Amino acid sequence: MNGRPYVREVRTASWYFGRWRDLHHMLNEISSIFIGGYALILLWGVKSLAAGEQAYLAFLDGLTSPLSLTFHWVALGFTLLNSVSWFGVTPKAMPVQIGDEFLPGHYIAIGHYVAWFCVSLVVLVVSGVFSNG
Amino acid sequence: MARSNKPLVWSLFAAGGTLAALLVPALVVVTLVVAYGYLPAALDYQTMHAFAANWLGKVILFVVIALCLWHAAHRLRTALHGLGLRADKWVAKAGYTVAGLGTVFAIVYLLQIH
Repeated sequence: MNGRPYVREVRTASWYFGRWRDLHHMLNEISSIFIGGYALILLWGVKSLAAGEQAYLAFLDGLTSPLSLTFHWVALGFTLLNSVSWFGVTPKAMPVQIGDEFLPGHYIAIGHYVAWFCVSLVVLVVSGVFSNG
Repeated sequence: MARSNKPLVWSLFAAGGTLAALLVPALVVVTLVVAYGYLPAALDYQTMHAFAANWLGKVILFVVIALCLWHAAHRLRTALHGLGLRADKWVAKAGYTVAGLGTVFAIVYLLQIH
């Protein structure tokens, strides 16, 4: 990488509690831990699927543990915040130019929020969360 | 010019971030429902096995798992730096190793399902 490493000393490990903007930034970064952790849970699920029905049922049973329940609630909070923030900055990350004009940022953000809502709805309906039985 | 792996890492990070933002909250809700002891219809063994046995299902599962892992690994570096840990070299090594192994194992497990 670069020759000189970037080292910025901070006085404490809790510097981000001072301002909402800093705290918001850190909470978004920390969400990556839960996204990664959740991907590992999915991987564990795929492993159990490959191992057969007994293993898969054990995986589902493992999901009902208090640790898993806690992880899910915390992960849900962090990932919801992350999604709201992520789509909120899409107008800056990928501005859309039409002719000489730039599409107003809120159209891009709203478009992503609508897409997020639709994708989430499809996932919940297809997985059968809403069905009885 | 020196060759850099930054464009590759960055594109995996951005794709993973968008995919994670779109999908992960809904997926967490699905398994949260399971955590409460209720099994959504599509999560029973036969349905999930059929999904993972299908090539399109394999691709979907692989892309979700791999991209989320790479996204998390890349972002973990700034997260832990922000939390005061000054060991980026080791954090990067550990994160990318887990992401790399996770990617390989995802392929191995998915190919075993047929």
